[in-house]
Formats: sequence, structure tokens, C-alpha cells
Amino acid sequence: MPSKKDLLDLQFIDARHKLIEIAAFLDRIDRHPGDTDYRFEAMKNALPILLSSQPGRARTILESFSDSSTALSTSAPFQGAFGAPLP
Amino acid sequence: MVSRTTDDYEKLALSGCEAICEPAFWAGFDRSSTDGFYDYFRQLTEYEPKRAAKYGIKHFSWLCINPKEADDPGFAREVMSLIPKFLDCPTVLGIGEIGLNKNTRNELTIFEEHVQLAMDRELPILIHTPHLEDKLKGTRLILDSLASFSKLDRAKVIIDHVEEHTISHVLDAGFWAGMTLYPESKCSPHRAIDMLEIYGTERLWMNSACDWGNSDPLAVPKCALEMKRRQHHPEAIEQIIYHNPRRFLSQSPRFIV
Repeated sequence: MPSKKDLLDLQFIDARHKLIEIAAFLDRIDRHPGDTDYRFEAMKNALPILLSSQPGRARTILESFSDSSTALSTSAPFQGAFGAPLP
Repeated sequence: MVSRTTDDYEKLALSGCEAICEPAFWAGFDRSSTDGFYDYFRQLTEYEPKRAAKYGIKHFSWLCINPKEADDPGFAREVMSLIPKFLDCPTVLGIGEIGLNKNTRNELTIFEEHVQLAMDRELPILIHTPHLEDKLKGTRLILDSLASFSKLDRAKVIIDHVEEHTISHVLDAGFWAGMTLYPESKCSPHRAIDMLEIYGTERLWMNSACDWGNSDPLAVPKCALEMKRRQHHPEAIEQIIYHNPRRFLSQSPRFIV
């Protein structure tokens, strides 16, 4: 099993790149006109999970982006998915 | 592979791929008639095996009406009436990929009718779980539904597209779990390897998304390379990319590699 340093050597630059992409996305949204929607709110709610000291951050973020309802839908209003539950 | 060019078969052959199993799925648009599905099932059972054979690859398929087109039960049942005839084809392994898309009552009804069809014929089942925000709820609904089939052999069922928030639900219920690798938006090779490290390899496999969208037929061999970079032993890599799928798929007597 690789050590923490091995993983940093392998993946730090890639993870750094992805983190900066998120920061730039947030800046981009701020800079442009109009209103955000539920997807942006879902992302803002998920970001603090990154700073948690608990394991399972990926799982917790995925859960935060999930539809938490339990009842079957009566019909499908559309076929696709948008990445965050509709309000 | 119906959405892919022949170049992809060549790349797969060069990467060491011996066999492909392709589920019936959504083609990126809704088919307007049962005839459209009849032709699609012929493509899966007649044309693709021949195309793959030119590159020394064995091609197997799973048949169903996929959940995205299953919200109209009348139409779905018309399509399902075509399936028994094709189940006798020598390369058809079982029923799939059935499941849910938007977690509707109609989708669930058709899902359960597919499960019953598979059980009646003692066939393996490949299950699609919904994407993105619908996955967790859909996975729970599917597991609840499967629990009502008391005679279902869980070892013959693989629940696909698991991610970190659904994998333990599937494995804890005794089913196989599939991790589908995508270049973006869903499970990456890095995350799949994380799940392997956490959950072990007993009832897990990986597959490459090879559809009409942004996907990569070589995702599995690329993930194997990433496993090597993360110091996984060659035997462990061989286990997850070859022996595990072979073990599950060999539950169909037609799967011979």
C-alpha cells in the first residue's frame, strides 16, 4: 500500500488543479449577471464537507447532492438528472 | 458498443480485452416503436458479435427495455414481449440493464416484471441505478423491491454504477456491485480504486462506460494501470478486471472465454 507521501507524489498536482477549478468556477459565477439556483446552493452546502476531519467525505458530499425523498414519483417530468435535487 | 466505431474494438483488442458484455440501454433518444427495439435486439445479438469477432473479442449481451423508456407500461410490455425469442440466442447472458431512472411507480413496475422474467428462466440480472441526484433514492427503492422476491438468488444479480454513497447498501444486501468508470461526471478510476481498497474485491467488478456520450472503452485498462501506480499487486489487478467478471458471468452457461 502506498504511503501518504507516495499518494501526494502521484496525485497532489491533479487534486490541486481540481480545487483551483472549483475556486475559479465560484469566482466565475460571482462575476456574471443573473441569479444562481438550487444547484449552486447545493454546491455551497457541500463545500464545508471538504474541511471535515471525518473520513467518508466523498460519500457525504454525494449524499448531500442526493434526493432525500423516499416516495415513488407518479411520473417522470423529464428523463435526465441535474446533479442536485430540485427544491 | 452499438454507439461506437469499429476503431474502439481494435483498441480494446490491443489492450488485451477478451470479451465484452453489452446491456440493452438507452440510445440517446426514445425509440418510437417496438420495431425499433426489435431491430436493436437484432443488432445486439447478430451484428455486434460478428463485429467484435473480427478483432478476436467475444461479444455477449443482456436484453430488456431500459428504465428511461419504461415509464409507459403498455409500450414497455410490448417491447418485453419481444425478449423471450431473443433469449435463445447463443450470446445472450441474461436480463439487463433494468432498473430505475427517475424513480417512478411505472419504472418500478416494469423493473419487477423484468426480475420475474429472469427468475422464471433462471437468468442473471444486470441492474442500472439512476444517475446523480437520483442514485441514492433509486438504489434504496431497487433494494427494497428485490427484497420482496424471496426466491431470488442474490449471487446472480449485479447492481451497477455504484458510488461511495451506494456501494455499502448493495454489498450489505448480498448482491454484486459494479463500478462504471466515466471520464467525467461520475465514478473515476481513482475513486473506484478507493472503493476497492475499502470494500475489498469479493463481489465487485469494474466496467467501462461505452455509450453515445462522453465515455471511454479503455477505462478499465486505464484503471488497471492506475492500480499498478498505486502499488496494487498484479494478482489483485487480475482479480478485479478478469477473474471477478468471469466468475459472475460464468453463472450463464453461455459465457465461455
